[in-house]
Amino acid sequence: MFLKLLQQFRSRLVEHIDGPLLAISLALMLFGLATVYSATYDANNRALSQLLNMLVGLAVMWSVAQLPPQKLMRFAVPLYVVGVVLLVLVYLVGVKINGARRWLPIGFTRIQPSEILKIAMPLMLAWYFHKYEAALKARHFAIAFLLLLVPFGLIAKQPDLGTAILVGAAGFYVIFFAGLPWKVMVGMIAAAASAAPFVWTVLHDYQRKRILTLIDPTTDPLGSGYHIIQSTIAIGSGGSFGKGWLEGTQTHLEFIPERHTDFIFAVFSEERGLLGNCILVTLYLLLIARGLMITANASTLFARVLGGSISLSFFTYAFVNMGMVSGILPVVGVPLPFMSYGGTALVTLFLALGILMSIQSHRMLVKT
Amino acid sequence: MRHSPLNTRDSELDRFRFRIAIAATVVVAAFALLIGRFVYLQIVQHDYYTTRAEDNRISLVPIAPNRGVIVDRNGTIMARNYSAFTLEITPSKVDDLDETIDGIAKVIEILPKDRRRFRKLLEESKSFESLPIRTRLTDEEVARFAANRYLFPGVEVKARLFRQYPLGPIASHALGYINRINKSDLETIEKNDQEANYKGTDHIGKTGLEQKYEFALHGETGYEEVEIDAGGRAVRSLARTAPVSGNNLTLTLDTRLQEITEKAFGDRRGALVAIEPSTGGILALVSTPTFDPNLFVDGIRSEDWDLLNNSPDRPMVNRALNGAYPPGSTFKPFMALAALELGKRTPGQTISDPGYFNFGGHQFRDDKKGGHGLVDMYKSIVASCDTYYYMLANDLGIDNIARFMGSIGLGKKTGVDIEGESEGVLPSPEWKKRRFKRPEQQKWFAGETISIGIGQGYNAYTPIQLAQAVATVANDGVMFRPHLVRYITDSRTGEKTMIEPEPLRKLPWKQQNIDFIKKAMIGVNREGTGARAFAGAGYESGGKTGTAQVFSLKGSDYKGGKLKQELRDHALFIAFAPADNPKIALAVLVENGGFGAQSAAPIARMVLDYYLLGKLPKGPAKDDETPEEEE
Repeated sequence: MFLKLLQQFRSRLVEHIDGPLLAISLALMLFGLATVYSATYDANNRALSQLLNMLVGLAVMWSVAQLPPQKLMRFAVPLYVVGVVLLVLVYLVGVKINGARRWLPIGFTRIQPSEILKIAMPLMLAWYFHKYEAALKARHFAIAFLLLLVPFGLIAKQPDLGTAILVGAAGFYVIFFAGLPWKVMVGMIAAAASAAPFVWTVLHDYQRKRILTLIDPTTDPLGSGYHIIQSTIAIGSGGSFGKGWLEGTQTHLEFIPERHTDFIFAVFSEERGLLGNCILVTLYLLLIARGLMITANASTLFARVLGGSISLSFFTYAFVNMGMVSGILPVVGVPLPFMSYGGTALVTLFLALGILMSIQSHRMLVKT
Repeated sequence: MRHSPLNTRDSELDRFRFRIAIAATVVVAAFALLIGRFVYLQIVQHDYYTTRAEDNRISLVPIAPNRGVIVDRNGTIMARNYSAFTLEITPSKVDDLDETIDGIAKVIEILPKDRRRFRKLLEESKSFESLPIRTRLTDEEVARFAANRYLFPGVEVKARLFRQYPLGPIASHALGYINRINKSDLETIEKNDQEANYKGTDHIGKTGLEQKYEFALHGETGYEEVEIDAGGRAVRSLARTAPVSGNNLTLTLDTRLQEITEKAFGDRRGALVAIEPSTGGILALVSTPTFDPNLFVDGIRSEDWDLLNNSPDRPMVNRALNGAYPPGSTFKPFMALAALELGKRTPGQTISDPGYFNFGGHQFRDDKKGGHGLVDMYKSIVASCDTYYYMLANDLGIDNIARFMGSIGLGKKTGVDIEGESEGVLPSPEWKKRRFKRPEQQKWFAGETISIGIGQGYNAYTPIQLAQAVATVANDGVMFRPHLVRYITDSRTGEKTMIEPEPLRKLPWKQQNIDFIKKAMIGVNREGTGARAFAGAGYESGGKTGTAQVFSLKGSDYKGGKLKQELRDHALFIAFAPADNPKIALAVLVENGGFGAQSAAPIARMVLDYYLLGKLPKGPAKDDETPEEEE
């Protein structure tokens, strides 16, 4: 009787969990924990607290995986509306920290509404396309872009280019998978290229500086170039096999800034070398591949475009972060998924995993 | 044919899967790009970034070496180092300098002069240097500051080595001094590829031997490898390379002789160079007034600097090397030697001196009214007869004079081991062409040759050139480069490197001519213009008096004592002794001293008395009050 109960509980526990996704994310989390430990053990160690974040994240993932996609759909509009309203409030009455208005004070603490949009954005657009699935016309795409641009603009205005890019990309992936005509895409790329000079003029000084610094970090070795210079030194000096766990001199002598958050990849890379980097990239590739596989087999348009967007979002996070830390992309505040320390970002990632698992687990139910 | 809904759905799914494949391709391509970047950084550029990481991690903290010690020929220490605590501020680490200094002043005494000196250093320095606000802290002051250290970020107590010149102002012009490194010193350091070696050094030789032998004295900077964090804090020491002390200099100079000579000058301005003829080693190099080089060591106070710089006596000028004076009658023995060597005169040839020499419608007068009568070469030197040399100059011609005087080093840098020596003026038609711009000024007039003969006219030589010339005659034509450093002792091996043991050249003079000139110069001190100064010397010496006109008094008698002091003639004297085997040769100059016999010769006597007999003078040399009719 007890055994049966346990078995029931076990099957209930794993029923909607995707094995490969869980395995890959657990592997990434182990790397992440070890790296956070190394990055922070000198002073106040964050590994335990990151472990707690992960447990919370896993619980969120499990919960979301239990919900069929149709139920997720119900959250789309309210979440999006709340998110945008909060962004407007940030714009009007937000707290300014370090020259950026990103936070909204709510009593004892403050929240960052742009974080909500990371999920709400693709959810909203997926819902929208699903709603007009039968007869998708050009105007639907136009409205989708409009729905995308409002929060994107508000976040970029804060300014928070990193989050804006993540939100914008997540939304764009939905539009892409919903079938945005190739012609339009080519046209947009052409338009973007020709608009670049204009964009340059509306960019904030610090954003321009980041781009200039990327082209030549040595122009500002003590200012904005410092991060990139020190992180590339860390990566380069790691060599093939790295300096060994806890042995990174760049890390432990505090040359790497933000070493347990946005620049954690430099720590990892210095201590684990090219071999570690290849394993890490492979893990991300597997994660994305599994996500895309799930997406390819999804039964509804909503599930497909949402799953596709989430899978590619993992790519955006990983690529933008590793690209900036290794000096081929400008420095924008994007964490490395499952590696960087930070509860909110981690919970968002697990939420996304949960959605993918939900899609995978509920595909049969919908189909019949 | 109509599509069935199922078909539409399938083709839509195919299109979607195609887009997934496209996206997957982009993902793979992008990750491949990242891997490419990692390969580039971690394999291709690995060595470079490893070096960069090591550079980040390891800071080389320079350890300044001990500067070499300078001793005289008897081993008396002239320059050494002592260790003392200083309180130093790094201006770049301090927000408000005045506030910080005021704060420090509450803990240890800061005098207004300390503040002024700090200001001056601040103006001259690079901001990342640490600059002393107080030097020579007592142990109690160090302890008091240490207790309050946390109040003053950017302020530190440092143990520093200080240069000290125990003899104070004695031989300061030869020694020179050290002072903080400035921009032009940095260029010198760079030119000599010594940047790395000067990382921990903030003082450098500015003048004299301290400057000339800077790189020998400096030593090799040691390094401590320290692991530092991004904030520049030292985490631990990894390795240490000890500094190598600078090499020591042993001079040819005799500081006791130097001191006696300087005292002999009293408060008169002038110069004396005494040389050992057989080596060229300088025994005394005097320029008065002197200065105390210790004033410069930890940054000279501006009032001291003004005092030294604005004094009409110009104590900072090294007259021995940089003062160019007409040699006056001290020129005559060299003229006579030239005449003998060139066959223009024999010793026995006499002239009749009426007291003047007419040339080109101009009368060149002798000092003695009515003339010296019949004059041969011996008498011309002993009695210093001008007319003899007016005629001789005319017979030799300017080109021969210039060539001969050039061969004994007059009008040329001697190459003494101190920087910035003056050339003086060896007059010749070529010199005049170089010196003047307008054609009418460039022409050499035969009349100009006449006054050259008695050491006047354009003639202008430094005391060291005269000393070298006398030493060369005393040494029978074997010429040495005058030098102050006898040898350099390597601080590591103890190996001694001699400076200039070899003669510069041997002049092709006939020994009988040299002997004759020496005999005539001995005559000067025995029975001539130097006889009074050298009466009862107890050794035989050769000499020659000279007077250089500062102010030309046309057509009137020169009454030295009645003229203003700065318009009085310069007094000169050259000498060598003992006559049979000269151990010392010297040239003395007393600015505005009047007749050479009167003020320069007594100084020479004191120097020779001390050097040859060990006799100590009782006070400064006194002017001989009854000038003879001479020169």
